[in-house]
Amino acid sequence: MLNSSLLQLGAALRSKKISSVELTQLYLHRITALNSKLNAYITVNEEMSLVQARAADVQLAQSKTHALTGIPIAQKDIFCAMGWRTTCGSKMLSNFIAPYDAHVIEQFNRVGAVNLGKTNMDEFAMGSSNETSYFGTVKNPWNRNAVPGGSSGGSAAAVSARLCAAATGTDTGGSIRQPAALCGISGLKPTYGVVSRYGMIAFASSLDQAGPMARSAEDLALLLNVMAGFDERDSTSLQRETEDYARDLNKPLNGLRIGLPKEFFAAGLSADVTQAIEASIAEYKKLGASVVDISLPNSRLSIPVYYVLAPAEASSNLSRYDGVRYGYRAPEYTSLADMYEKSRAQGFGEEVKRRIMIGTYVLSHGYYDAYYLQAQKIRRLIAQDFVEAFKRCDVIMGPTTPTTAFNLAEKNDDPVQMYLSDIYTIAVNLAGLPGMSIPAGFGGNGLPVGLQIIGNYFDEARMLNVAHQYQQVTDWHTRTPQHIEV
Amino acid sequence: MQWEIVIGLEVHTQLSTSSKIFSGASTAFGAEPNTQACAVDLALPGVLPVLNRGAVERAIKFGLAVGAHIAPRSVFSRKNYFYPDLPKGYQISQFDLPIVGQGSLTIQVPTANAGQTYKKVVRLTRAHLEEDAGKSLHEDFHGMTGIDLNRAGTPLLEIVSEPDMRSAAEAVAYAKMLHTLVRWIGICDGNMQEGSFRCDANVSVRRPGAELGTRREIKNLNSFRFLQQAIEYEAQWQIDTLENGGTIQQATVLFNSDIGETRAMRSKEDAHDYRYFPDPDLLPLAIDNEWIEQVRGTLPELPLSKQARYVADLGLSVYDADTLTSSREMADFFEATLNEVPKEAKLCANWLMGDVSASLNREDRDITQCPISPGQLGGMLKRIADGTISNAAAKEVFKILWSDGGNPDTIIETKGLKQMSDVGAMEAMVDEIIAANPAQVAEYRSGKEKVFGFFVGLAMKASKGKANPAQMNEILKRKLAG
Repeated sequence: MLNSSLLQLGAALRSKKISSVELTQLYLHRITALNSKLNAYITVNEEMSLVQARAADVQLAQSKTHALTGIPIAQKDIFCAMGWRTTCGSKMLSNFIAPYDAHVIEQFNRVGAVNLGKTNMDEFAMGSSNETSYFGTVKNPWNRNAVPGGSSGGSAAAVSARLCAAATGTDTGGSIRQPAALCGISGLKPTYGVVSRYGMIAFASSLDQAGPMARSAEDLALLLNVMAGFDERDSTSLQRETEDYARDLNKPLNGLRIGLPKEFFAAGLSADVTQAIEASIAEYKKLGASVVDISLPNSRLSIPVYYVLAPAEASSNLSRYDGVRYGYRAPEYTSLADMYEKSRAQGFGEEVKRRIMIGTYVLSHGYYDAYYLQAQKIRRLIAQDFVEAFKRCDVIMGPTTPTTAFNLAEKNDDPVQMYLSDIYTIAVNLAGLPGMSIPAGFGGNGLPVGLQIIGNYFDEARMLNVAHQYQQVTDWHTRTPQHIEV
Repeated sequence: MQWEIVIGLEVHTQLSTSSKIFSGASTAFGAEPNTQACAVDLALPGVLPVLNRGAVERAIKFGLAVGAHIAPRSVFSRKNYFYPDLPKGYQISQFDLPIVGQGSLTIQVPTANAGQTYKKVVRLTRAHLEEDAGKSLHEDFHGMTGIDLNRAGTPLLEIVSEPDMRSAAEAVAYAKMLHTLVRWIGICDGNMQEGSFRCDANVSVRRPGAELGTRREIKNLNSFRFLQQAIEYEAQWQIDTLENGGTIQQATVLFNSDIGETRAMRSKEDAHDYRYFPDPDLLPLAIDNEWIEQVRGTLPELPLSKQARYVADLGLSVYDADTLTSSREMADFFEATLNEVPKEAKLCANWLMGDVSASLNREDRDITQCPISPGQLGGMLKRIADGTISNAAAKEVFKILWSDGGNPDTIIETKGLKQMSDVGAMEAMVDEIIAANPAQVAEYRSGKEKVFGFFVGLAMKASKGKANPAQMNEILKRKLAG
């Protein structure tokens, strides 16, 4: 059951081989047994999950069902879910019970999926190792001395360790793809605007995008079908015809043109990751694809551009956490200014404060033109690089990360080294393009390697097709971390 | 040596939409604290703003009314600062790309001579959309501050003028004209007590012809009287300071209406760095010509155009035309009345500005609460115009219409107020009067023409006030001449 695909789980539920309550309890028991080792979940609420499971069983009995009815899904703790504590990985919101549902949560509720719990994450999604969470580090199920990646590290670890059937994540600079790669699962960041941001706690509004995290491309397609869709409450949500993201899964890949950006295979990429990615490309050639050498000349500027724009937006987005209306307020203060300062100094962690400082600086009078405006200009150049590249290829491939999972605390003293772990993923967010990561082998240390697939705008169905065909001829995505088996 | 006062105004008008500018919560005034603040207004984690189309249309309407350029693309920016009644820690406003560009407003400024005005054109720099903040309540909380977020997110149009005004009188005339206009085109209720129309005045002084002086900004003036007093006090304070060898520091000041003085709140040094940047949650606002034309189709005839028409086509004085266009309701009332007696514009104007306005003032009503309809008033004026009733009788009809209502013709009939036009009957009355007052007749005939009034009084009394005065005078003169 634990290794079943979402389609198989759905079939088992509909044929009454198992009830949603039983399936939910199965996962809840695993969480009870394993979460203390992995710390993948911040909040589990058995009663609330089982209420949903029982309702799903009623629906299943009446055959009024959707493919995901009754299936337990882990939700990244960045999505507001009514009645659930929603912390965003921060002390600031450690006491915040959401009074409303995010669009993504609503969508899952609508089809009768079960909210299995809220997964751990870097504080306010700022981090690449899940070490900035106020609720403690998540451990990589493949090696508990290694990081799971971030910021959606809890979701990635939960999927990898079979602590849920599937999960949600959000990706601002790689926060779905990087942990998916490091934990050996599949993750998709859709085109900016495909999934509504309503109720998803903002980090950098122009980059944030929610997406599914699961074990296979096929599962991702089913999840994206539920998550996507126009929402008038998000002005950046795109009004498009509803599409079935699973429609092209079985198309053959004959004639597929794969672009390989030379910048993604340059210095800094570890040898074992190079080897795994090259082997994957060879597999694609066997499937009928051809390879085109391309260049994304401005992508080298992605990290500096990102670390101007994302903190700028974050510094403003996080201003609402002031201790006035909800969230953490310092117990003692002498004045209004003192209350603000102490509440924010005590309520935010180091990395969040660092980014608020950077963002405040780059937006300040006299620096705005040199940093923020300049970064916006380069952002357009980076996007333009992709426009040129997609004239010559259908999808772009490369490594998701420069190395496999690094050790816990390894990069804690050097934020820039930490930022470099997103070097291949950030340009995709800056351009607003869809990107995904799928398991593509293992490194020398036995840790998973992720293959990144970047598509053109709204080309998610093709990317899922490309990933699914690979998963038909390889078994990397079915491997499980050994010591977490029950 | 002379000083010149230079004034520019920033006016915040609350737009009359039923919901807020970025959320669906109600904008109605006076609800229990925090009952009209939804998740978006409270800035809960994860919420997003969605622009209210009605607010945009009101801004376009204003731009068209002042002949301004409507930006085909404008941008909402975040103005970042911390304050307890600002839930997001930033205000969504427009910064470098506002929705309404340069325009102008023509004002009539009263002079020291009553009834005399001069015309002036004030240039508008821009007008932009933004959200209002909530309210901090410092009383009743025992050393703490209460926050009411009902007002947070209320749509505002901030209208910024060039520093074109040269006296408090000009500033007040401009503010009043703007106040008339925004109500006229139906974008703001203009209620100043409720804060729907608030002025900030930038005041500086200089020697005529010199560069602009350093300005101080007087914040939050919510009545025309305070605007006048604050500017007068501030300008005099600046002149005194300079004449005593001091200098003016740029500052924000508050006007204390109890003592009639302005006092600095913060200086330029403590000015915030608002770190404006485009709000990534909102797309640039695109307005095409079709939308602009659609809004233009909903614009009523504007006061200036009406004033010109009243003077040119109806022969009214500038003063009358100005008064009758002080509000759209007044102009509508005037035109509806005129519709009943189309050739009697001056008569309509005189009654509206005279008895009608005086009666409304006495009872503290405005024209929309007038108990007499334009049809009733026009019906009565028709009878003055055709000689059926005298002015004196009309005043009686008016009183009855005001207190009891009814049809003017019926009132004239039942109260017997018709003028007497029967020449034979009037001649008989005059003959009787002459016969009964020989001494006065002799006086008159000896050249004391003043005695004529005595005879008029007797004649009107004899006719019970119903005699047509012109006709009666003619008969008296003829008979007295012997």
